[in-house]
Amino acid sequence: MIAGVVRPYHAVFRARFQLLLQYRAAALAGFGTQCWWGAIKVMIFAAFLAGPVASPMTLRQTIDYIWLGQAFLMLLPWSADAELARMVRSGDIAYERLRPVDGYAYWYARAVARRTATPLLRATPMVLLTGVVLPSLGLGKWGLGPPAGVEAALLFVASMALVVALSSAFSTLLDVLVVITLSERGVNILVAPLAIVFSGSLIPLPLLPDWLQPFMQYQPFAGLIDFPFRIYGGHLIGWSAVAALGRQGVWTLILVVLGRAIMRRAMARLETQGG
Amino acid sequence: MTEAAIVVDRLTKTFRVAQRRSGAWNALAGLVRRHYRDVRAIDDISFRLAEGELLGFVGPNGAGKSTTIKILCGILEPTAGQCIVGGVVPWRERVRHVARIGAVFGQRTQLWWDLPVIESFELLRDIYRVPPARYRQRSDELIARLDLGRLLGTPVRQLSLGQRMRCEIAASLLHEPRVLFLDEPTIGLDAVAKLAVRDFVKTLNRDHGVTVILTTHDMHDIEALAERVIVIGKGVILADGSLASLRRGALAERRLWVHFAGEPPTAIELPGAVVRQRQARSIELAFDPRTTSAHQLIASVASTFEVEDVHLEEPPIEEVIARFYAQHEVDG
Repeated sequence: MIAGVVRPYHAVFRARFQLLLQYRAAALAGFGTQCWWGAIKVMIFAAFLAGPVASPMTLRQTIDYIWLGQAFLMLLPWSADAELARMVRSGDIAYERLRPVDGYAYWYARAVARRTATPLLRATPMVLLTGVVLPSLGLGKWGLGPPAGVEAALLFVASMALVVALSSAFSTLLDVLVVITLSERGVNILVAPLAIVFSGSLIPLPLLPDWLQPFMQYQPFAGLIDFPFRIYGGHLIGWSAVAALGRQGVWTLILVVLGRAIMRRAMARLETQGG
Repeated sequence: MTEAAIVVDRLTKTFRVAQRRSGAWNALAGLVRRHYRDVRAIDDISFRLAEGELLGFVGPNGAGKSTTIKILCGILEPTAGQCIVGGVVPWRERVRHVARIGAVFGQRTQLWWDLPVIESFELLRDIYRVPPARYRQRSDELIARLDLGRLLGTPVRQLSLGQRMRCEIAASLLHEPRVLFLDEPTIGLDAVAKLAVRDFVKTLNRDHGVTVILTTHDMHDIEALAERVIVIGKGVILADGSLASLRRGALAERRLWVHFAGEPPTAIELPGAVVRQRQARSIELAFDPRTTSAHQLIASVASTFEVEDVHLEEPPIEEVIARFYAQHEVDG
């Protein structure tokens, strides 16, 4: 019974996932850039934390945070689905409305494929290089260390699952906004910097000024990078970690409800472009 | 009379179109205050369609054909009016409705561009939740009838337009809909592909009883397929009936080609007929069949001149429809 209900969504997820796994050249190029960028950031933060400063994060935690951030960069909801945007502009979106499925869930399934296939392609070589190759060359100090413990590892896995759910909800919201704006560019320009700064991808959130912390810990982007990677390094532990998972879940729900509401309105006013 | 498959009652759809006059000043002014104009895409349209009927929907560009189809498909909501397709109001119960209809929009594609055709079919199978055994039987049948066997492994982007259209039609029928909407299915196709599409649609309607609504600019599609035609212009229905009745109303004349054994006569005076054009050895006469009978005309031509051959023609259907548009001042 349940299998029958999820069948269309599972099918579209699988098809998109398999398709996205084929973009190996892009993954390779991204891998090169991210190694370079990650190495520079590790050196900068190592220099910062070398002096007698009271840092809210240890160097070990900071380096793990940076490498994981580079490995899972594609988990960030950077942009709307370019193909859906093309369909909105060309009018092919008419066919999307012809499918006997829940429109939001259908696009969400597409987004989940995007937020798993691409990060998987990028993360695998990054984790291998920084977590296995560097330590075996005696450079473990600069590479990705193991999780802070068994509890941290388990909470990290749960948090990463919630990152996929949250990031997909973000992505679907962007897709829905494209139906209204007709172009993904404006949406992308607005959301990409927000995602990079507020997720902790640029600078780990705990290293930002103290007066910003209460806000930073409750805004939705923190659930994309900051929570799971601090859990990994043992910076976020115990009930604080569980509360962080809760915040990831709550933001996911809020974004899903918001996305559905906007989609309903957008589709009711849909005008198919070009007749 | 079988039960009505489709009832359309006073359907109206208005779009808001943003207006801007040219010039930099007006562009700036538009940032502050926008002007909108309401455009009536369709205006108070009503018709009924029985189950198993094949309806041709004709009209110039922008007449409202596609808008009507999209409302019937549940994609657009009308501004006013009502319609019921197979007992369901399309836009109110969209999911239930679209599971039971099929549609092909000739200028768009429903196949996944990067995937081989067969994978698109399998995706549609899962999206429409078609049971596997049922799907095998149905897809085998469609693949055989549309001759798709050799195309199945090809990615959609590499298909020719004619090949793709055959695949599109198969894709729209995998879930065995009882109503099929075809919006310009023959657009851009070559003669062979057009014939294949027409043939298939005809069989589908005649042998399988599928109700079909077809829009097209190719009047030969209509001539080959539709017993009933609705002509729509500027959002209103201008005519609803058979092609023959449309012909009678718009351009009833018939034409007689007379081929002469020698030089054709320079002047030809026949009651009820006028000369339309001359060629080296022949003359085309036009006459009104309601006042002049064809055999009288032929008899009087043959008795006056040395005639080698004659043949009768009806004005091409394109000319009839062009005349009809001109009469109703809706030509484009």
